[in-house]
Amino acid sequence: MSKTNFPPSIKTRPVYAELEPRPGTAHVIIADGEGAEAVAHLLAKVPDRALMLARTHILYTPGPNGTDQWAAVLAFGAAQAYCAPTIPAMLPRMAKVVAEAHMGTQFYLAGTEGLIGQAEREIMMTGLPFAAIQKEHRGSTVRRVQCVHCKGITENVATDPFKCSHCGLNLFVRDHYSRRIAAFQGVNIDAEDPGLVPAAVEKFK
Amino acid sequence: MSLDFKPARGDFFKDETFRDDFTFKNSPAAIRRFPFPFDRDEYMYSVNMEPHVSTRPGSVFEHTFDVDEHYVAEMIDRAKVLAEDPLRCQSLPHMTLAGWDLLELIMESNAREYPQWFSLTKNGNQWHWINRPLGIDQKFTFLDESTLPYGPMEYITRQTQGDFSLQDERDGSLWMDAGMITTQADWSLDFDVGMNFMEWHAPVPLAHEKMVFDRALKFLLKLQQGSPVRRFNWTMTVNPLLDTAPETYPKWGPTKTSLTQENLGHKQHLRVELQALFRLPRSNAIAFSIRAYLGKFEELVTVPKWGRRLHRVIRDIHPDIAAYKGFWRNQPAMVEWLAKYDDGAPTSPGVWPDA
Repeated sequence: MSKTNFPPSIKTRPVYAELEPRPGTAHVIIADGEGAEAVAHLLAKVPDRALMLARTHILYTPGPNGTDQWAAVLAFGAAQAYCAPTIPAMLPRMAKVVAEAHMGTQFYLAGTEGLIGQAEREIMMTGLPFAAIQKEHRGSTVRRVQCVHCKGITENVATDPFKCSHCGLNLFVRDHYSRRIAAFQGVNIDAEDPGLVPAAVEKFK
Repeated sequence: MSLDFKPARGDFFKDETFRDDFTFKNSPAAIRRFPFPFDRDEYMYSVNMEPHVSTRPGSVFEHTFDVDEHYVAEMIDRAKVLAEDPLRCQSLPHMTLAGWDLLELIMESNAREYPQWFSLTKNGNQWHWINRPLGIDQKFTFLDESTLPYGPMEYITRQTQGDFSLQDERDGSLWMDAGMITTQADWSLDFDVGMNFMEWHAPVPLAHEKMVFDRALKFLLKLQQGSPVRRFNWTMTVNPLLDTAPETYPKWGPTKTSLTQENLGHKQHLRVELQALFRLPRSNAIAFSIRAYLGKFEELVTVPKWGRRLHRVIRDIHPDIAAYKGFWRNQPAMVEWLAKYDDGAPTSPGVWPDA
């Protein structure tokens, strides 16, 4: 079961399990922030840790809340480990690693939904099997939200409603989630009564 | 190449608008054949599917794809929507074959069922399509995209009333991987494209708990070529606006506050979707047609049975459904207006007007 307790939701809202070691010809681990703890937990369960690490490439970035466990990640001793300053900075390298992955590669995604969603999207675009991807949520629950009106994506949304960082409309956050866009859906909250915007509540931390 | 219309309306197809001055209305004949969706005086979600077979000549069930007096005007409106927002039509790369399947289904059906308006002649893969109401005469090579001004799905659905989505079947589910969606009841193709059956239905209240979608998916996965099925869905729309998209909600949302007892009968529309599902022969995809019919309250109550029944359905609707369908705000006003047309008399079973 997930270490993060999410409130009950509609069916597109992703659910997460714990990472479990699986046999594989190669292992790609993509994590941010507290996701490093999920990776440590995963490695503790591996029967032949040295063998797995010799076939492992870790891509890591600090979380949106500032959590940086890169030192611990580096200390795992994977064949390759890389730390990016942000998710956007990580994407070009991630795209190359994923595109060159062979069948039989196992993917482990750990951390925030923004990181998990964008990594999952990159992997899905290659046509690699969905069953080769595991996801475990750790750390911040801030959301990546696409404005359904202007299509701009606002990162690290903490409150509901919030102001679209692109067009400025006041949006409420629906639990409706697109894996293709790797984002939740934001819908104008005061369309029918312009100006009537409820106070923003910090729902995602 | 482009797809320029040279409309030939004759005396059947109306010159009317679904935007700005909203001149849309139904003729008396169109009101009589309106697909009133309520077969009893109450409503709840169900797996309400039946074979899509030709029944009741003159009704919306007579033809595979109903072409009515609003055809030309609806196609002009669709072209305007697409010019403003091309993301309303999308097809993921693996769906082109399904698009050809759909083009074939529509061209063959319409040429067979409406020979006065459409014609299709074939010489091997060299096809010749004539659409007289829109003034289109197109020779092209079937399965060769370069011979049409748009991809096959977009080409044919720019000439067919109703929204269309194409579902790929894999991993025990249906994946909405293509669609032409310009007359939608407030859902976004751009957001939902690529989702599976459970994902794109996720926001619907109550129905998941009733296992409606589990049963509907099981049913649809068994859908056979040549045996299409159909069902109704419905919602409410203020003004005859076909394009109630979430993208443009800030533009049309405020019109929901414009209703009064004086203008409600004219401005408030029951929006009925006649949905049909077809298994396609080459791609094994499923085509889903969502044909929207708009009926003004003042038009619908000219059929006494419908006036009585609509009042009872709207009065007693589950509040979650009223909220999801977006008319929670106006429900009391609708009930007040409709009450004048409900004398309490019993209604006959089924959807059709009493003779």
